[in-house]
Amino acid sequence: MTSARIGASDRLFLIGTAAAVSVVPLLIVVITVIVVIAAWPAVQTHGLTLLTGVEWDVPRQQFGALPAIVGTLTSSAMALALAAPVGVCVAVFVNELAPRTIGTAVGALVDLLAAIPSVVYGLWGIFVLLPWLRETVMPLLRDTLGLGRFALFSGPAYGPSLLASGLVLAIMILPYIAAVAREVLAAVPRAQREAALALGATRWEMVRDAVLPTARAGLIGGVMLGLGRALGETMAVTMVIGNRNALPDSLFAPAYSMAALLANEFNEATGDAHVSALMAVAGVLLFVALLVNALARVLVGSVRTRHARVPG
Amino acid sequence: MIVTTAGALRFTDFSVWYGARQALHTVTIAIEPGIALALIGPSGCGKSTLLRACNRMTELVPGTRHTGTVHLDDGEIHAREVDVRALRQRVGMVFQQSNPLPRSIFENVAYGPRLNGVPDGSELTDRVTEALRRAAIWDEVADRLDDPALALSGGQQQRLCIARALANDPEVLLLDEPASALDPGATQRIEELLYDLRGSVTIVIVTHNLQQAARVSDRTAFLYDGRLVEVGETSALFTRPREAQTEAFITGRFG
Repeated sequence: MTSARIGASDRLFLIGTAAAVSVVPLLIVVITVIVVIAAWPAVQTHGLTLLTGVEWDVPRQQFGALPAIVGTLTSSAMALALAAPVGVCVAVFVNELAPRTIGTAVGALVDLLAAIPSVVYGLWGIFVLLPWLRETVMPLLRDTLGLGRFALFSGPAYGPSLLASGLVLAIMILPYIAAVAREVLAAVPRAQREAALALGATRWEMVRDAVLPTARAGLIGGVMLGLGRALGETMAVTMVIGNRNALPDSLFAPAYSMAALLANEFNEATGDAHVSALMAVAGVLLFVALLVNALARVLVGSVRTRHARVPG
Repeated sequence: MIVTTAGALRFTDFSVWYGARQALHTVTIAIEPGIALALIGPSGCGKSTLLRACNRMTELVPGTRHTGTVHLDDGEIHAREVDVRALRQRVGMVFQQSNPLPRSIFENVAYGPRLNGVPDGSELTDRVTEALRRAAIWDEVADRLDDPALALSGGQQQRLCIARALANDPEVLLLDEPASALDPGATQRIEELLYDLRGSVTIVIVTHNLQQAARVSDRTAFLYDGRLVEVGETSALFTRPREAQTEAFITGRFG
């Protein structure tokens, strides 16, 4: 084989891979541009009312997406509050505490949660979670524990609600948070662990004082990756959130999310103004999700590179 | 203030296996209180294993087992009633790569005493100050104890790690190639510090640098292939080695 041929095949290989790689950023740009162009008429007509309006009334051409935005943010925040501690605990248990065989088994089981299709989560939500919430959890929280005094836990217990959506989302993002947390903990150098152990720390004290602080930025990043998933999750949320386009006044109240709004209305959108308004909602969702994901990648990456040079 | 009593270590027929691989073969060696012992030998000869056996850090590797005994003063360190955390406070350790915890200079040194339940207050401050002085870094950090430890230079970080180990008031200080990642100036400071520490604490140091072994130690042990080949006065071992293997190693013919 001549060196000229090697050079030519190398160049072809380079061009081929470069073309494949350039598709990815191009897709993000194209999608963003299309969404912005399609949303532009609605932005011009309605301006900030799209973000701040609470009326979503298609026949009257009122397009205020605040209820959907609030629904997305609160259900995602709830999911995060529930899944983040559990995910980090799973990672600590699997990586640091459990014997290797048990740790691997638990880790694989948690990973499997990510393989369940989201419509299955939705069905489970409808047939198991919602009745349980309606008959047991909501009355327990509101009456037995007396939390009904607070607006957040008051109102009739229908089942479909912000609470249901938050719970389903928490389970769905748990495997992602746990997986990233495990990766981040594994990247903490052995020297850090030995520093604590050699001073007489217990295993728990080592995790608390050496491992978790070193991994903190990466753990936050993993949690935010989970948040990114929660923000955009559509099917399961649509099935349990109640799809009521009004500002929720309680965690027990049916609500809406941006993704659910888009999924429900896009097919039956009536007229250009409606489509454009939905595109504006899609733009908000896209912007928030991209922002959260980008921030998360930066944080996860910081732990990996900061400790890359330290020999294990 | 700290009242240190240097500890004596005694290995008797001590062997260590990592899984199926035997890393130490029936090592017997006595380390008198207050001396500085250097462990030398080619890579993989078992010197780090011998060092890490002193505070049972070898046990962190899954599948490790041992036979024989190790006595710290009169106690067998593997005895059932021995709390390994208490052992590691009596036998401090400094690593090849400086490894301050992600907290302030003060909090790094205070970490060991805090684990021991020393509360905030003058006792804790005294112990931290004393440890920083003994590690010859007090003058450089006295006015910035609340700065992050990771902001210090490599050599300072390593002396901080020595201070951190000393804050537990250990009887024995183990050092695993403590200067191998440092520049000559920082290395010299560490060596002077170790020289000054002799007497108040028993020092066991693993080093690849034979000149360093000659400079800082009273006695030197040469290990080869998991066996203790020779141990003796450092000056004697380097000038009149008894074993042919030792002579070959210190004259640079292998290793």
